[in-house]
Amino acid sequence: MTNITNSAATSIAIKNGRVIDPANNIDSNTNVYISNGIITHIGDKAPADFSADQTIDASDKIVCPGIVDMCARLRDPGQTQKGNIASETKAAAAAGITTICCPPDTSPVIDTTSVVELIRSRQESAGMTKIVPLAAITKELGGENLSSMASLKKAGCVGVSDGRKPIANSMVLRRAMQYADTYDLKVFLSPIDPWLSQEGCAHEGKVSARFGIPSLPEATETAAIARDLALVEQSGIKIHFNQLSTKQGAKLIAMGQKDGQKITADVSAHQLFFTENNLCSFDSAYHVRPPFRTIEDRDGLRDALKSGVIGAICSDHQPHEPDAKIGPFPTTEPGISALETLLPLTMKLVDEGLLNLSGAIKKITTGPATILDINAGTLAVGSIADVCVFDPDLEWALTENEMLSMGKNTPLLGQSMKGRATHTIIDGKMVFER
Amino acid sequence: MNIQLTKDGKLKHFLTTEGLSKEILTEILDTAENFSSVANMPVKKIPLLRGKTIINLFFENSTRTRTTFDLAATRLSADVINMNISTSATSKGESLLDTLRNLEAMSCDMFVVRHADTGAAHFIASNVAPHISVLNAGDGQHAHPTQAMLDVFTLRQQKGAFEPLSVAIVGDIMHSRVARSNIHALKTLGVKDLRVVGPRTLMPKDIEDLGVEVCYDMKRGIADTDAIIMLRLQRERMQGELLPSESEYYSMFGLTEEKLKLAKPDVTVMHPGPINRGVEIESSVADGKHSVILQQVTNGLAIRMAVMSLTLGHQSEESA
Repeated sequence: MTNITNSAATSIAIKNGRVIDPANNIDSNTNVYISNGIITHIGDKAPADFSADQTIDASDKIVCPGIVDMCARLRDPGQTQKGNIASETKAAAAAGITTICCPPDTSPVIDTTSVVELIRSRQESAGMTKIVPLAAITKELGGENLSSMASLKKAGCVGVSDGRKPIANSMVLRRAMQYADTYDLKVFLSPIDPWLSQEGCAHEGKVSARFGIPSLPEATETAAIARDLALVEQSGIKIHFNQLSTKQGAKLIAMGQKDGQKITADVSAHQLFFTENNLCSFDSAYHVRPPFRTIEDRDGLRDALKSGVIGAICSDHQPHEPDAKIGPFPTTEPGISALETLLPLTMKLVDEGLLNLSGAIKKITTGPATILDINAGTLAVGSIADVCVFDPDLEWALTENEMLSMGKNTPLLGQSMKGRATHTIIDGKMVFER
Repeated sequence: MNIQLTKDGKLKHFLTTEGLSKEILTEILDTAENFSSVANMPVKKIPLLRGKTIINLFFENSTRTRTTFDLAATRLSADVINMNISTSATSKGESLLDTLRNLEAMSCDMFVVRHADTGAAHFIASNVAPHISVLNAGDGQHAHPTQAMLDVFTLRQQKGAFEPLSVAIVGDIMHSRVARSNIHALKTLGVKDLRVVGPRTLMPKDIEDLGVEVCYDMKRGIADTDAIIMLRLQRERMQGELLPSESEYYSMFGLTEEKLKLAKPDVTVMHPGPINRGVEIESSVADGKHSVILQQVTNGLAIRMAVMSLTLGHQSEESA
């Protein structure tokens, strides 16, 4: 059974696990020692002055940096019928996730420091997974007036984004990029052309043609990426593209990276497994934005992940109350409750031979931490002790009862998952153990 | 599993022509054949569905389609309730599911559903009580299966066998549930040469995947065809980013006497109605000797009687 703990143990020894820390090229069977919130030692023998308050036997388990989720919506403040900071950070902690980056599209929007404070205080009282918020690029995500980025950075925002609201006006976006860069803030963009995204809810292709589902062409994404790359030019401004869905989009980003532009990208775990073909039953569980596209797109995204063009896998967690998913397909709300499947889906890529174990763990630890430029995703001695211990062979069924997130909206419901966190340590404290 | 069929493979709901066998489609056509004589009887009523209650659930206005469903049910002696939901429940904020639950509680046997959203009929069929059949009277841009069946029924009356036919569907393929349902029905019934004709803005990407040939040139598209199915062009789509003007559309894709000469001499001209004279079709063609537009309306009644009796018939077999 699951136990959310908040043990007073200040010294933890994790013994006999396979320690994988891609940030430091470590992959060996050894022990990890934690004291006072810090990784103090990695090695077969404990340091001389170390005495463990708690010892974990991690035999047959993997010990890796705590998972960093590039993008998860916690629905708090504003949409607490779908989820709240307490419920979603608890679900995250139980899934091995120690840091979540949350987009600014809460209600109210993260465009004032008081909303950042509110999120921080709710996170602290929950005492689970840490939250790093993104600030809005424009006030109220309106696409017109810049938010107070410098103040928001001081308050703790790690980057700026307008969530899934595209900034139509190229001049506003260009100036926003320049202003953000003044404070060394990365700009996080969801590539969506505003005019090519009206009313669509499925990929424009064979399935939308067959079923008459209002559609989103590939160009919804590629036109936006091409414009945004053009706006960056050779300015050195750092931008990140959230949740790619097309092979062609990944290609454009690869070209930009080759030209020396400071561009990064992520993909949601579900985009690496599902395609437009999953829509044939009108099942609203598959309703996501960006939409599931073709098999070629899925495989192109996998290639880009393998080659490093895409540096991170995120959950793109979007919990919903049941009513949001009940209705004819186009009328339902898009999104999947995905925190609890991030690790098993990433491990599935290892099973399927796309990535090796260390490579896969990199995409959910040091990969996203580097993109977000935060102190996380590493087991280096002296770093903050955010650690995930997981059993890669543990098979479990994803059921509504098993899910801790308030949102049970996932097409994987009822399916068997492989790989599950057994211990989650945040700031040196055991917050969860199974 | 096909949601439209009972455990033993008989028609329970009629939501789309896609995925139904040639045998089932032919059974619908043959049953309709038997019903077509009812219209000529002095007492136009048969007691097949006596005691059954059918609710016409129209979330989108359509006087014509609703009337034929209404009349079909009446001729089969069923009790019919017409609900115009667009002006009642949903405007009060009631959810679709709540509306269904309320109507179910009145112990009805069938919902005839028209809805503006693709997939609505599937959604309703997946959520109704097991004893209720659902007939799709049009959902979004997805399907309008009874319209397609009356079209192929009319075609069979005119031509006999389907296999040797060349058929063109002309107009706004993109937004047309009639086109999609016709494509599936005609392909299943054996039509090999099936063309879709229209400007590229009204042509869904990858529609070839359904086994049709795409023609952007009307003259080539209707050349040597045995039948032409013209589609209605919605008025709001005649000007804007899809089409420059009504008149340019008519000059390129309107079916005129002149263009009709390119088809076979005995070509059949069909249209689901209501027609826009001078926009998609010349008046003299709509009223001419090749046109079977009014016959389609008559046949619509027989088809709807057939589908109602088949689905409700199989339902009572299953519950027995």
